[in-house]
Amino acid sequence: MTAAVALKDKEVAVDEEGYLVNLADWNEDVARTMAADDNIALTGNHWEVINFLREYYAEYQVAPAIRVLTKAIGKKLGPEKGNSKYLYELFPYGPAKQACRYAGLPKPTGCI
Amino acid sequence: MSDTEAGEGGNRKVKRFMIVNRKAPYGTIYALEALEVVLIGAAFDQDVSLVFADDGVYQLKKGQQTKGIGQKNFSPSYRALGDYDIEKLYVERESLQARGLAPADLLVPVRVLGSAELSVLMDEQDVVLSF
Repeated sequence: MTAAVALKDKEVAVDEEGYLVNLADWNEDVARTMAADDNIALTGNHWEVINFLREYYAEYQVAPAIRVLTKAIGKKLGPEKGNSKYLYELFPYGPAKQACRYAGLPKPTGCI
Repeated sequence: MSDTEAGEGGNRKVKRFMIVNRKAPYGTIYALEALEVVLIGAAFDQDVSLVFADDGVYQLKKGQQTKGIGQKNFSPSYRALGDYDIEKLYVERESLQARGLAPADLLVPVRVLGSAELSVLMDEQDVVLSF
């Protein structure tokens, strides 16, 4: 049994925790729809993190754990963004888990 | 969580985990599973080191192409280990040499050790997991 995220013109399959089954199904609409289902309107700050995660995954084939994400964001976007307070404000359900889901990545390894 | 914190709730001491990789990267699930264990161990702030021996040295080989076997090439993940503060990667010299490989053929910087040195290191671990 699989769940799905309903887009305007089609549905994409997700697992029981809401992560995409086929990573290739991702597009920006998927992210927007998943966020809307959580009552979140994605802003430029959200996209910065989502795009960062997609680049990280393309480079390393790893969905980074929260500690790694925080550190890597800090390195790339500066300390005012590379801290858990900032990231939790953007992604209240847990920055790595929630942002990875919107980014179409698997659940981060090592997240409980 | 500090290194020595041992609250009333239990023993929170950091343990030394050594993950020993002995198999080629594809064909079995061992290499990928070992990597998962490594990343999880790091997320729990444990002292994790990796050994690559026997055909396990192929896991670190540069230029892996997996299209033909329809599997995900997960070898780029080894380059993310530094982000997880995993910096102790050991490769057994004899295994490397037997396969005509040199450290320059590998995706990440490693320490090459002889099997005698590795056995000393292994003896110092709290947990050794072989894959």
